[in-house]
Amino acid sequence: MRFELKPPPHALPTTSVPKVMRHVIYALAPAAFAHVWFFGWGICINALIATAAALGAEALMLRVRSRPVKPALLDGTATVTAVLLAFAIPPLAPWWVPVIGAVSAIVLAKHLYGGLGSNLFNPAMVGYAVLLISFPVEMTYWLPPRGAELGHSPVGAWDSLRFAVTGSLPQALAVDAVTQATPLDLVREGLTSMQTLAEVQAGPLFGGMGGRGWDWVNSLIAVGGLYLLFRGIIRWHIPVSMLAAIAVLAAVFHTLDASRFASASFHLFSGASLLGAFFIATDPVSAATTNRGRLIYGAGIGILVYAIRTWGGYPDGVAFAVLLMNATVPLLDRYTRPRIYGRPR
Amino acid sequence: MSTGTPIARGLLPERLIIPMDQQAGPAAVPVVEVGQRVRKGEMIGRPGGLRSAGVHASASGTIGAIREGPVPTVNGLTTSLCVHLQTDGRDEQAPSEGWPRERDARIDAICNAGIVGLGGAVFSTAEKLRDDAECDLLILNGAECEPYISCDDMLMREHPLEVVRGALAMMDLTGAESTVFAVERDKPDALRAVREAAAQLGDTRIEFARVPTVYPAGGERQLVELLTGREVPSGSYPPAAGCICQNVGTAFALDRFMRRGEPLTSRIVTVTGNGVAHPANVEVPIGTPIGDLIHFCGGYRGDVTRLILGGNMMGYALPGDNLPITKAGNCIVAAHADEIRESTGEWPCIRCGDCADVCPPRLLPQQLLRAATVRDFDQLDSLGLNDCIECGCCDIACPSQIALTERFRQAKQAWAVVSQRAAMADLATRRHRRKLARLAAQTEDIHRQQDDLIAAIGSEDSRAMIEAAVARASRRRGESDTAH
Ligand code: SF4
Ligand code: SF4
Repeated sequence: MRFELKPPPHALPTTSVPKVMRHVIYALAPAAFAHVWFFGWGICINALIATAAALGAEALMLRVRSRPVKPALLDGTATVTAVLLAFAIPPLAPWWVPVIGAVSAIVLAKHLYGGLGSNLFNPAMVGYAVLLISFPVEMTYWLPPRGAELGHSPVGAWDSLRFAVTGSLPQALAVDAVTQATPLDLVREGLTSMQTLAEVQAGPLFGGMGGRGWDWVNSLIAVGGLYLLFRGIIRWHIPVSMLAAIAVLAAVFHTLDASRFASASFHLFSGASLLGAFFIATDPVSAATTNRGRLIYGAGIGILVYAIRTWGGYPDGVAFAVLLMNATVPLLDRYTRPRIYGRPR
Repeated sequence: MSTGTPIARGLLPERLIIPMDQQAGPAAVPVVEVGQRVRKGEMIGRPGGLRSAGVHASASGTIGAIREGPVPTVNGLTTSLCVHLQTDGRDEQAPSEGWPRERDARIDAICNAGIVGLGGAVFSTAEKLRDDAECDLLILNGAECEPYISCDDMLMREHPLEVVRGALAMMDLTGAESTVFAVERDKPDALRAVREAAAQLGDTRIEFARVPTVYPAGGERQLVELLTGREVPSGSYPPAAGCICQNVGTAFALDRFMRRGEPLTSRIVTVTGNGVAHPANVEVPIGTPIGDLIHFCGGYRGDVTRLILGGNMMGYALPGDNLPITKAGNCIVAAHADEIRESTGEWPCIRCGDCADVCPPRLLPQQLLRAATVRDFDQLDSLGLNDCIECGCCDIACPSQIALTERFRQAKQAWAVVSQRAAMADLATRRHRRKLARLAAQTEDIHRQQDDLIAAIGSEDSRAMIEAAVARASRRRGESDTAH
């Protein structure tokens, strides 16, 4: 009798890349539902367009680089990038916004650096940064949440789709009239126009911690993040250090001057703090890989997020904070190696 | 599972293939001839040097042949001299030689009795016991080395007295101050059995420890850390951390030898996997062809794609089943295609760090992988390539399903070759330098002689010598002038 000769270990692997990506999508699902409930179907339309564009770009790039196309399309990584990007794009967006975002993410950030596993920067955040810098106006088309009672009914699925395709709304609705700034935008504008925080936060968009609707979306993002933690798909180090850094900074400044600096809970529950902490900063490829490195990396992102939001030129800073810290990863990986068993320090 | 039934006994194949190379040290040297009749327990190979061990007939019978053949050793499949023994089924025992009184004689007797570490490393037990290093702790390793293996569990359950007695003997031989007997959490029956045995023997010196069932807790280095918090320094063995580790199977073998004078001629082997009809733990005479062992367990079942010696984490695949079970053979897995890893392709490393989370010596397999791909040996060295115990944990955890362990194994080999070459080149350079230096010294010697001469030319008596020579010369000239 003859048997095959393969090197050990012979035990079955416990996980796979597609499985990991599938769980990330599952973890995002509840927050996506909340998003649909509060802000309409826009996120789904964007996610579909972005996914199609991302997969197309992925296939094209693999072709160009003469790599096998099918396994890479099935690994789910491009899909996750596209879906994360969709969370960052306003629900009301012309079709080319998610397309350009997704194509930049896949082509610029991923394949020009060597494809899956080799990219230095987080693809979704590169796509987002490209959009934010190139189309600053379109990136502000956020909608008021359901229940904010601003006199407008939320834009329906049909209208969103129509806007995505044609770039315009029905006659009765003007873009300026239906869109609404995000709570972070409002805080920023209010503070620059010398309002106090209390005055800004008395507006109809606020309520709860991070703003109407956002509280729900972000809480469900946190639930999804805990699911990933529980499944062992992400580790606690990055989310904890990042959120802790934001919370500590916010709490200190809020205590110093509550009229100019928002509270820790506002910072944690608005913008992309939780999405960033659980889903973006934890992107394995572009994050630090050692535990100590992860703590530093997460804390760095948290500090930068707070700094950009408070003193920088953008209302939210998660994307830039992540991209900046991405650049430090090779160094972090190198200088935070754990001590090897049986070796001196 | 293979723990449902008691240890199966009575296996006696018609032919035994007993390799001389079964231990970590040098191979044994055959002391029998073809055609010779031997009894069970008779020495057929004497220890071939330090760290070697005796090899004995595992049954009575006639020596059929002594020739080179393939043998699965700890270092993979190699060839070794094997004694082929035609068994006669009479089970005649060689007379025992008795247990000596002196410590040194006892240790020599253990060496001759062929007792080696039965956990899989087959390191000479005598050598471990002889070592006078400052070892204050004896660790009895009752933690299986791999998830599939249950031979130690069964042994503790069925022979707790022998195991504990063996452990006590080891304590006396090493003079260790304390002894910790480690048993995994999920083996309460085994723990209870050995505890009761210790109580029955009136022993209070042995401390029992329950260790978590986390592969590879049974690995010596990991066990030392788990039990004592000490670390075995990189590149050395547990004695460097003041510990001696002995497997429970070894303790059992030692007790058998002490009490009955029986050398090591059999061991417990776990036979498991979906591809074997009746998985079981079997007491197997050393040298039994694996095919006979499988047959004893009801034969193959279904389509067996891989036959693994050792567990499915660190064991290696065998080409065929005509190879013998050696003292290192703790487990045979006959596996169907669906219970083993198929290398169907890998994704690129996504840097998730899951590999690092499970690596027992706390390496960074993902960084090692990168360095191994480009064969950056300096980087591999500082990342601790040689501290990799090849446990396979990183492979199993890797979502990209990268064959990390195999890459590290290959990198180690490549490194060994490269450093050997470097050492050779270094040696050649040094030799060349020495030669140059020698030549230079010789030249210098000649120069010095010449210098001495020249210096001598400048001195007083040499002037007189020269003058005398000149006078001699002119006189000769004068003489020759007159001669014309
Ligand atoms: S587990 Fe695999 S994919 Fe993850 S970092 Fe390690 S080698 Fe890379
Ligand atoms: S095989 Fe992998 S997990 Fe095991 S010691 Fe080596 S690098 Fe670490």
